[in-house]
Amino acid sequence: MVVRRRPQRGHRYTESPVLELALQGWRSRMVGLLLMAALLALVARAFYLQVINNDFLQEKGDSRYRRDIEVSASRGKIVDRHGDMLAVSTPMKSVWAIPGDARTMTAEQKRQLAELLEMSVRDLDGKIAAEKTFVYVRRQISPETGERIAALKLPGIHQEKEYRRFYPAADMTAHIVGFTGVDDKGLEGVELALQPSLLGRPGSRTVIRDRRGNIIEDVGATRPPQDGKEIRLALDSKIQYLAYSQLKATVEQHKAKAGGAVVIDARTGEILALANWPTYNPNNRQKLSGAQLRNRAITDTYEPGSVMKPFIAALALDRGKLAVNTVINTAPGRMTIGKATISDSHPHDALTVAQVIQKSSNIGTAKIALGFTPREMWDLFDKLGFGQEPNLGFPGEVGGRLRPWKNWRPIEQATMSYGHGIAVSLIQMARAYTVFANDGELMPLSLLRVDEAPVRGVPVFSQQTVREMRLMLEMAVQPEGTAPRARVAGYRVGGKTGTAYKIEGGVYARKYISSFVGIAPVSDPRLVIAVMVDEPSVGGHYGGDVAGPAFSNIAAGALRTLGIPPDAALQVAAGVSDKGPL
Amino acid sequence: MLRFNMTLLLVLVVCALALVTSQHRARKLFQELEREQERARQLDVEYGQLQLEMSTWATHPRIEKIARDRLHMLAPDAAGRPLVTVAGKPVGGR
Repeated sequence: MVVRRRPQRGHRYTESPVLELALQGWRSRMVGLLLMAALLALVARAFYLQVINNDFLQEKGDSRYRRDIEVSASRGKIVDRHGDMLAVSTPMKSVWAIPGDARTMTAEQKRQLAELLEMSVRDLDGKIAAEKTFVYVRRQISPETGERIAALKLPGIHQEKEYRRFYPAADMTAHIVGFTGVDDKGLEGVELALQPSLLGRPGSRTVIRDRRGNIIEDVGATRPPQDGKEIRLALDSKIQYLAYSQLKATVEQHKAKAGGAVVIDARTGEILALANWPTYNPNNRQKLSGAQLRNRAITDTYEPGSVMKPFIAALALDRGKLAVNTVINTAPGRMTIGKATISDSHPHDALTVAQVIQKSSNIGTAKIALGFTPREMWDLFDKLGFGQEPNLGFPGEVGGRLRPWKNWRPIEQATMSYGHGIAVSLIQMARAYTVFANDGELMPLSLLRVDEAPVRGVPVFSQQTVREMRLMLEMAVQPEGTAPRARVAGYRVGGKTGTAYKIEGGVYARKYISSFVGIAPVSDPRLVIAVMVDEPSVGGHYGGDVAGPAFSNIAAGALRTLGIPPDAALQVAAGVSDKGPL
Repeated sequence: MLRFNMTLLLVLVVCALALVTSQHRARKLFQELEREQERARQLDVEYGQLQLEMSTWATHPRIEKIARDRLHMLAPDAAGRPLVTVAGKPVGGR
């Protein structure tokens, strides 16, 4: 109850009669207590939310506007020594659907989508009829088409970004560059060998997005994406093209089974070209056979045949056992060692060491070889890198077969000197010939461009020996030699032919591997070129007739491409047709 | 005392408004930056595609085919290649 005093007129503010109203004591205390209790409840709640439950709520809040996004990194490019593209990744779009939602599309929408995807409406219906929650409608379409599809705003149709790798040089460089599978994983060639450096590392960032999905702020740590490294190969795409097209023409002309060609820079050991036939198009790998995939020059070994002979001759010169003009009697073109008989395909009489190489006499070479112990010969082969992998880091590299010297019989020693009973890969053979192309050093090979010069190799022969050997190799391409068709107009070149029987089921069959390994120009060698043709069946089978012309054309083109000045008078070249590629 | 407090309050309000404005402007600028970065990425992609296109047009087999068939070009024979010498030494090599 309120006790009212008699109202007064003209009172001062502080004397307001209302203020003079007095409450009953318990009521004011009651209100005070209630207010206090409410305040306490609020403080407790605030404490609960702000302190005890803070983490949970913070997380909930963040999840409403904070996003972790991945920043994709692209796979490194592969380029040739001059920067021409050999492999490059470019983003593509993949269209996927949630079938349940996609089935709500109208007939008109389906027609539009099918048209943009270049597929029939029936195929599209088939895809979205699946009882799944996710189905790819079409993978790897161009980004432009992707945008047009996104503009249609179709229900249940979504897109994701994917990278696709393109190989502009296609089948030309297929074996050396290789290819990648899904998920940017290298499966062959350089793509596999250098996978760790080519692979990019995606970055990540945490951002705040607004209602419209725009990124408005970076929060927390960002990790920038690391694109894969650009790989600069030693390959010269022009020389590669020469090697590839010449090899292809040769294999087709002689109806051969397969072939390989390698061009090496004699000064640096860089692989300027490496071609194989048959090959494949890495951009379209639907019908691939093992034969097409094989990188023969590196993964296949063969018995090289006479290409091996110059090494034994060089060893003899180097040790001072023989001189260039020491005469060796090769008559009557047959020789029996133990139970086996070896022979020359064209019998000769007395030949000098130089002529043994020029005319490729098996008997002469065997006689030179028998002047050494097995150990000495094995050491030579070992120093030349036979029996060891060439250490290119290339997938499937092989070391070939070089049996331990302890159980060599004399006949084996003789046959090995002319390249039978020993197996090598084409790249090993090309590498071994680098000893003749510089001052007698075996150069380490490199797939990648070498910028720091000069490269030093492992010394095998003396300078003097090598100089004499070059002249011998040059004699082999003279009219009296085994490979007159390997000559190059305007340049002095040298090399050695090889015509080896193939082994089938442990015995030598009447099938051949014709090869030619040469250096150019002889006066100051810059290139080592090796050509191998497997089972030529038409137009001869001798190395000089099959692989020689291919060597000549590749050398002519490569020397001109590299701008190497001619070192021979033109009349020497008269009569040699110049049908080299442009 | 009251007047000082009022001044502080005013300063506080002004500061708060300035904070909001600058935050807004920062976000606007950030969005612009994002857009430009996106554009840079797009251009990068386009550059890659153009490089790809260029190298596809410039493949050696194609060049040789055009040179031979359409332009009827031939490789000069050895006699047709004069050698330029400087001080008695041939010029050449890369």
